[in-house]
Amino acid sequence: MSRSSRSVIPGFGLTLGYTLFYLGVIVLIPLGGLFYKTAGMGWDDFTRAAFDPQVVHSYKVSFGAAFAAALLNAVFGLLVAWVLVRYTFPGKRVIDALVDLPFALPTAVAGIALAALYAPNGWIGSWAQPLYADFVASLERLVPAVPWQAFLGNRLAFDLPGIFIALTFIGLPFVVRTVQPVLEEIEPELEEAAATLGATRLQTLRRIIFPAVLPALITGFALSFARAVGEYGSVVFIAGNMPFRSEISPVLIVAKLEAFDYAGATAIATVMLVASFVLLLVINLLQRWTRRHDAA
Amino acid sequence: MSVIARNITKTFGAYTALADVSLEVPTGKLVALLGPSGSGKTTLLRIIAGLEFADPGSGRIDFHGQDVTDTPAGRRGVGFVFQHYALFRHMTVAQNIAFGLTVRPRKERPPQAKIDARVKELLKLIQLEDLGGRYPSQLSGGQRQRVALARALAVDPKVLLLDEPFGALDARVRKDLRRWLRHFQREIGVTTIFVTHDQEEALELADEVVVMNNAKIEQVGTPQEVYDQPASPFVIEFLGNVNRFAALGHPLPGAGGDALYVRPHDVDIQRDYKGEHGIRVRIEHVFSAGNYGRLALVRTDNHETIDAEISRARLAELGLRAGEEAWVVFRHIRLFPAEGKFTERDVVADDAAPAVADPGRGI
Repeated sequence: MSRSSRSVIPGFGLTLGYTLFYLGVIVLIPLGGLFYKTAGMGWDDFTRAAFDPQVVHSYKVSFGAAFAAALLNAVFGLLVAWVLVRYTFPGKRVIDALVDLPFALPTAVAGIALAALYAPNGWIGSWAQPLYADFVASLERLVPAVPWQAFLGNRLAFDLPGIFIALTFIGLPFVVRTVQPVLEEIEPELEEAAATLGATRLQTLRRIIFPAVLPALITGFALSFARAVGEYGSVVFIAGNMPFRSEISPVLIVAKLEAFDYAGATAIATVMLVASFVLLLVINLLQRWTRRHDAA
Repeated sequence: MSVIARNITKTFGAYTALADVSLEVPTGKLVALLGPSGSGKTTLLRIIAGLEFADPGSGRIDFHGQDVTDTPAGRRGVGFVFQHYALFRHMTVAQNIAFGLTVRPRKERPPQAKIDARVKELLKLIQLEDLGGRYPSQLSGGQRQRVALARALAVDPKVLLLDEPFGALDARVRKDLRRWLRHFQREIGVTTIFVTHDQEEALELADEVVVMNNAKIEQVGTPQEVYDQPASPFVIEFLGNVNRFAALGHPLPGAGGDALYVRPHDVDIQRDYKGEHGIRVRIEHVFSAGNYGRLALVRTDNHETIDAEISRARLAELGLRAGEEAWVVFRHIRLFPAEGKFTERDVVADDAAPAVADPGRGI
């Protein structure tokens, strides 16, 4: 054999070639087309389209809501994964299967269902809506310096909270499914070792288990966040889509497309793409840092 | 700190891991729990550690006269070392070692400078002074196990418990680490119990060996005692190589029991033998390494196999080759009759007149 290094999988050239071709057709060419289209419109047109105040507000809503939803999912996804891994109870397999439901459900169905539930006359909305409005109102009274309504809206459905609810729903499985296998792999000996050394349950959780699942949790957070930034189908039904209030960027893109303003749509898309890429890169670096001790 | 376990029973569902086991470990001793897998040795160790609890209503664990039966592991003052190290991967070696001190309640926690000093001292003890900043993934198996030991020692345990501590290591490292453990246990004098399925390890290392089988203790004694005066067929079979014969029909006088055991090194081989206790054998295989020549023999009368171990000098003197026939004489045999009481005999293998010496001697 003339080659010095031979891998187990045969045909390095073939597989790499296929990988590049596949990535090219599926990912790079569409994205390239996007940039190409955007580049054709000139800098002034681009900034006008991409940084129009209404559009800028939609970025804030999109990224803010996605971030908040991913954060909530990280907390509760970890909890769900913990319960599914650590305890046995009747119906556990059903609950385990339910976690994947947001993956499978058409997002429009999810959006319509959530909107119906949280609407002022819905099952949840009919009692939770007044409570939420009171909650925001009292925040405004207590800390008048913060424009609470701009951050929290004052209605559950057809306002900012609706976006947050929909994004939480679709993002949950990402966290559970990334954290679950890692939790399963934590050897019971680690906890026993901590116990014999005098650590309390809480200390063991905080100092042994949490650091062990943190990299997976960050991955789950990143996936959940990325999914939420691009989500359209469920949000559009529950957000109310009020400009300067509860309008997300993908909705604006669709609106532009419907008005045949293709360049405007690609400009917004480009900004979202670059921002998402930078955020994911940062999250990746953060995750690498939490894994620094695994390098042999 | 002495450890006493009394009448410990432990069941997992229908499976009995320990059946009414009692054990006493005197202060400062190094004790081995030896047995095959499933014998209950690890369960006993874990119950002593407080990682597992005996069946409700059964048994009691005392540390130095103090009842710790219901005390959780963290407050028993034990150091526990796991077979697969169980080091905290995301912490450096130094952080691992310091863990037991840093999780103490604020009032009992030593100041940071003291913790650092203790870690340094332990790193020196385990001969890894310069590796405090490394992560466990950057260490070899032997180094990791030493770190695990240092971590367990950091909290000044009254009792040190080790579960198959050398099980995951390769032969050479295992040997070094064994010697090192023996040495250091003598030095600090902490009461130590370790679990092993390796009889050589138990015999070489321990002051006292506890042989376990089938959820029970078969025998407790010094390595010499359990090897030379085994209390049951199980013990003789488990500790070292042994030839087992159906005693009936054996040419030895008085051999009327159910099972007869001869250690390979108690088998003598002679080319010509005129006495009445010899067994005619054919030599199947000769292998010599180290001090001993090992021979696989087959009886010509009933085709039972016999393993023999003779000195290399003797092997050279006899000049035996595979395929040849010779005589075998047993120097020392053990009999376990059906009732379980056993006798032991020395058979003097004089070339001229083999005789049964002191036939009444038994234990």
